[in-house]
Amino acid sequence: MWPEASRIRIFMPFPGLEVPHLCAQCDDYPCIKSCPVEALSKDQATSAVLVNREKCISCGKCVTACPGQIPFLHPKDNKATICDLCGGDPECVKVCTEASYNALALVQEKPTVDRKLFAKPPIEVAKDLAVNLFGEKGEKVI
Amino acid sequence: MPRGYAGKFLEIDLSKEQIKDITFNESVLQAYLGGRGLATKILWDRLGDSWAKVDPLGPNNMFLALTGPMTAIYPGARICCSGKSPLSNGTVGSTASTEFAAELKMAGYDGVIVTGKANRPVYILVTDEGGEIRSASHLWGKLGEDTIRILNKEVTEELTKRKPNIGLWREPGMIYIGPAGENKVRNAAVMTKICHAAGYGGYGAVMGSKNLKAIVAKGRSKLPEVDAPEAVKLLWKEVHRHLIAENGFRRMGTGYAGYSVGADTSSEPIRNWQEEWHDERRFGGPSFETRYWVKKLWSDFNCTTSCMKLSCIKTGRWKGDITDMPDYELQAYCGTNLGIFDAGDNIHISTVIDNLGHSGINGPNTMGFAAELYQRGILTKKDLGFELKWGDAAAFEKLAWLIAKREGIGDILAEGTFRAATKISKMKGVDVAPYAVHVKGIEIGAHGTRSDADYTHDISYAANVQGGDHTSVAVDGYSELSSAVFTDSAVICNFCFFWVPRALVFDFAKAVTGFPITMESWKKENGPRIVTLQRAFLLLGGPDIAWTPIEDDDNPPRFYEPLPSGPHKGKTTSRDQVKQKRQVYFETLGWDERGVPKKETLEKLGLNDLEPAMKELRK
Repeated sequence: MWPEASRIRIFMPFPGLEVPHLCAQCDDYPCIKSCPVEALSKDQATSAVLVNREKCISCGKCVTACPGQIPFLHPKDNKATICDLCGGDPECVKVCTEASYNALALVQEKPTVDRKLFAKPPIEVAKDLAVNLFGEKGEKVI
Repeated sequence: MPRGYAGKFLEIDLSKEQIKDITFNESVLQAYLGGRGLATKILWDRLGDSWAKVDPLGPNNMFLALTGPMTAIYPGARICCSGKSPLSNGTVGSTASTEFAAELKMAGYDGVIVTGKANRPVYILVTDEGGEIRSASHLWGKLGEDTIRILNKEVTEELTKRKPNIGLWREPGMIYIGPAGENKVRNAAVMTKICHAAGYGGYGAVMGSKNLKAIVAKGRSKLPEVDAPEAVKLLWKEVHRHLIAENGFRRMGTGYAGYSVGADTSSEPIRNWQEEWHDERRFGGPSFETRYWVKKLWSDFNCTTSCMKLSCIKTGRWKGDITDMPDYELQAYCGTNLGIFDAGDNIHISTVIDNLGHSGINGPNTMGFAAELYQRGILTKKDLGFELKWGDAAAFEKLAWLIAKREGIGDILAEGTFRAATKISKMKGVDVAPYAVHVKGIEIGAHGTRSDADYTHDISYAANVQGGDHTSVAVDGYSELSSAVFTDSAVICNFCFFWVPRALVFDFAKAVTGFPITMESWKKENGPRIVTLQRAFLLLGGPDIAWTPIEDDDNPPRFYEPLPSGPHKGKTTSRDQVKQKRQVYFETLGWDERGVPKKETLEKLGLNDLEPAMKELRK
């Protein structure tokens, strides 16, 4: 197991505020635009972002270009790491179902501008979640 | 290095500010695994010769935070804290669920061994690059929630500075102490995740005595490789299948037991154990769940069980309190044992206790003891500065602060129930020992023995090498529940263990480590070896007290009073049973009639170096 290499990372800015952090597939793909060596591309079938690891120069530009700072450099070889939706058959959904949690389900969605709304830094998500869970106190925990 | 282990331990001498990596022989790891077991071995090797002279709160004691080979790989990752206990003068393997354990292993360390004492408040940061000592002056005096908030931000910012372009750093894991630990309250806990605690043993005070506010870990590496990866995958699925099927426990955790342990089994502490039965339906699980539980399946790293439930009070006088369910132990100790039968008041006291870094069982045990002395007129408003009536949450909150800061009467109560009882008896000229509910200085968990309807019986605590610890009780014939010696050494959660067939767990251990681990070997050899070492530590004791065999291998007086109410009214713990079973227990473990390990037992277990010290005790 290697949580730091997972394309889905869970942040926890405060206990109880666990925030899953993964690529949201923005409609305008700022990460792809930012790549100086064209290592990033869009998977036409799934809309996911694909990383060509041989081309990647570990500059980190895709991280800063992302409105949610979602990409990260792999701890082993420093290559950009982004959820690729497993080519349309995501392992996370399979394991979640197999494990009987049934928290994840595969849905089909047309390309939409709304996706970008989910590309947020975990701390911003946690701030909202904190108020949702803890009420006024939530303003103070992060 | 065998599999399942990261491969090295971090040793830090806070006095000399020296940091080094150390390893242990494979044979040592095979015998003791990690956590509680390895801690007893390390403590014996380092401090055994001078045990009785080592002040648990002095620089010569050690603070150990150890994982085990199964930690973070088997469901339910925990950290095991140990050292010489300032309560029992022996040792406890005190565990808490936390991401810290996983982060430590991912940083390449199986544990942290702390010696000496820092000359100023510090915290230890462990990363893939090793360990470092950092100033904690700005954290000293801070409550739990503030400590977490500040450290999360500070450490994440620091790591980002060191590696700026790799993307966002996930938050580190941490164990820390609150003001109670800083002020060396003897039963203070090592805290983590706002409301999780390694409570038994008083290791929060040990950290405090070293000026050590926290240990923070952040690793970016893989978890250690296992010996048989495909087998572990299969076994993990099998274990998970058993755990996910525990629908009731997953839904309720122990958060419904605050009612049922009182109403059903008559074994819940009420007003310092003056009663063990209640039928307060307003204190039932639904009162907590419906109004306060904001997250109903809350897990720690790699946990299927998710027994924790996050509670928050959003309105009224205790607005802003955040804790877990509370779990049964705190529903009892921060609730019924203080005469509190209101869910909100119970959550409030639990939050105060967590934030101050008291152990939620042991600290409020002392508070309940004080309240009974107030009830009996032995402690007065003059002694306390306020009235301390059963059920008055605001008064108990005040008391928790006084103890944490060692102010006024708090300074005496901060010595833990046993030592406070001795001091108050002297001060007041009244013997208050009959109201002190502890075994060998360790306050007893919230499961009584008098009704005999709970899992705790006659010698559960009386013969226990960890005193009042309800998570690892003594069982005659060394049977089922003593498996806590194993879980605390493999360092996995009991609540990811109880419902899994034992053979599966031991197969899992074997597949992770490659060691020939069996249930039989743990029952007959590995377990008894650890327990025998712990027994030796208790008998050697010191410096302020060494326990008297038999006399101190007993329940507190209260546990022999007849239950005054409920369906089990009149029942009490049988002295004959205790006497008989204690002997069986000693015999099973190869100890003499006073519980001193026999020479042949030490030889059989490979503990020959204990013989000179034990020979002295046999005289």
